[in-house]
Amino acid sequence: MTIVSGFKRIALAAMAATALTASGAYAAEEPLKIGFVYVSPVGDAGWTYQHDLGRKQLEAELGDKITTTFVESVPEGADAERVIRDFAADGHELIFTTSFGYMNPTVKVARMFPKVAFDHATGYKRGKNVSTYLARFYEGRYLTGVLAGLTTKSNKIGYIAAFPIPEVVRGINAFTRGLRSVNPDADVNVVWVSSWYDPGKEREAAETLIAQGADIVTQHTDSTAPVQAAEDRGVHAIGYHSDMSKYGPNAHLTATTHHWGDFYISEANAVMDGTWESTDTWGGIKEGMIKLAPFGPGVSDETKKVVAEREAAIASGELHPFAGPVKDQAGTVRIAEGEVMSDGDMLGFDWYVEGVVGELPN
Amino acid sequence: MDGFDTLLAILIATIRAGTPLVFAAIGELVTEKSGVLNLGIEGMMLIGAVTGFIFTVLTGNPYIGILAAMVAGVAISLIFGVLTLSLMTNQVATGLALTIFGIGLSAFVGLAYIGTPIDGLDPIAIPVLSEIPVLGPLLFNHDIMIYGSILLFVVVSWFLYRTRAGLILRAVGESHDAAHAIGYSVLKIRYLAVMFGGAMSGIAGAYLSLVYTPQWAENMTAGRGWIALALVVFATWRPGRVLAGAYLFGFITISGLHVQALGYAISSHLMAMLPYLATVLVLVIISRDATKIRLNAPASLGRPFHPTA
Repeated sequence: MTIVSGFKRIALAAMAATALTASGAYAAEEPLKIGFVYVSPVGDAGWTYQHDLGRKQLEAELGDKITTTFVESVPEGADAERVIRDFAADGHELIFTTSFGYMNPTVKVARMFPKVAFDHATGYKRGKNVSTYLARFYEGRYLTGVLAGLTTKSNKIGYIAAFPIPEVVRGINAFTRGLRSVNPDADVNVVWVSSWYDPGKEREAAETLIAQGADIVTQHTDSTAPVQAAEDRGVHAIGYHSDMSKYGPNAHLTATTHHWGDFYISEANAVMDGTWESTDTWGGIKEGMIKLAPFGPGVSDETKKVVAEREAAIASGELHPFAGPVKDQAGTVRIAEGEVMSDGDMLGFDWYVEGVVGELPN
Repeated sequence: MDGFDTLLAILIATIRAGTPLVFAAIGELVTEKSGVLNLGIEGMMLIGAVTGFIFTVLTGNPYIGILAAMVAGVAISLIFGVLTLSLMTNQVATGLALTIFGIGLSAFVGLAYIGTPIDGLDPIAIPVLSEIPVLGPLLFNHDIMIYGSILLFVVVSWFLYRTRAGLILRAVGESHDAAHAIGYSVLKIRYLAVMFGGAMSGIAGAYLSLVYTPQWAENMTAGRGWIALALVVFATWRPGRVLAGAYLFGFITISGLHVQALGYAISSHLMAMLPYLATVLVLVIISRDATKIRLNAPASLGRPFHPTA
């Protein structure tokens, strides 16, 4: 494995300049070179950390058949294009770009290197050699909502969110659906912090929600500050991306966690077999892409049982978080009884379901 | 929860949110009063945050962490001092470089400490006083750094306007040639002012990593150093207004979160902008007297000094 730091990117570019263009045909005697582009530092919890766990699983599983390289903290924009291009020029035949903002750079570089396979996370643009992949985070959100509904005493849940985009709104709605399915009296209060990652601001938001009576806080942001705030204030928290129990051993109930390793392994195998083609993957609990972190001391056995049942029902397909009737805040039925919200509609979520307090800012 | 409790919660959170700004801005105020403009606050804060955190992890004692953060702030501000004062580089460019350097260096040394949980500083309830309803929790039940920030404000105000040494520091900031001509060591005074600013930025960073969110996270200051810098200018270099501006910024931030949590839709972009907008507006309005601004801005601010005579 090689780690490429920012300093070494120049060297990488220099090597790339002298390297021959990557040959498309895969030679079995040479290990497959796989590149990963990360948007933030790997750290020990969060979005990028989970992708890196997937990379490590890939290495453990496929051993010397492959080598992996990663670059962390790559800004979304011109820098990303350069890093992706350097990877491709340097003989990487499979490249994972793990942030939404890498979409256009990925598509652009893919056109220059038609024999390299590109996998872009969370985007919607595909090409002959560009696949997209995403996890059904909302399935985990629904389950944590069920758990919150059975655990809350104050019936007020605080939700710390980054930006009002469909991905985040979908999570809030799925959580609220799960919450209301077991506790029709509980509400969700949302605070937007306008940042994916600002521990100070996230802490302020958590303290605000707790001061207003929330006894469980959950988050769609990247830092562990909300879990810490809950621990300090003696309430509960549900983490996101990674298991965050270290930051709040008593507060942490569980977390929705993402698992990319199996997908990374199948993509690498497909490239080696020559069967790789452009696809759109959106996997959830059934595919093992979404799991709940181990339950904390605040979760009762009864609650664990209910959550496990719902988890099995989602995996088998008999339960869908947005199966009708789905009402919006005004009580209007948006998805009729017997219908299930389509993937396309879920990807464009721009309204709140019943149970969320307040209006959605635009 | 009724309105009064909400207001109390907002005010308590305001004091906490304003504290790192108070440290950093009061430190920068002293630096600028001596005629040196240091744009490296953000970088110095990050160095302070990471150093304070590492020393707290190693020793298990947050007070040693705070001290270490101070020392680190002084050390990194000395780099700035040598470049701008002795080598007379451009202060704006050097300050910017210091911030970029601080971001990178703190990320590098902090790498091994990401995800190490620590016990932060606990509040110290002042006996008797903290029992007073409303005022007790609002004013007399904080961690030691908050009391320290108020003390800092008092001492710096007194020093600048009530002591001879403070007068000399201001004289150096107003006209370094005149101060030099009557025999004061301009560079020595400026070095001390720069180091003081570095120490305070270091403490401001340590407040974030030891008290506010007890963890090390890359780039965790998230622009607070720049806010502190703006506060000094918009408060027209007056300590009282710097303090008021810091708390006002905190108040608007926290109030906005509370308004949202009550379910009112505010555009998230407006939310992010409002504290800046409101703080700048208020400070501009109270400082709108042009002659006062001219009187308050250190006349030699940002100008390099070379003792020719």
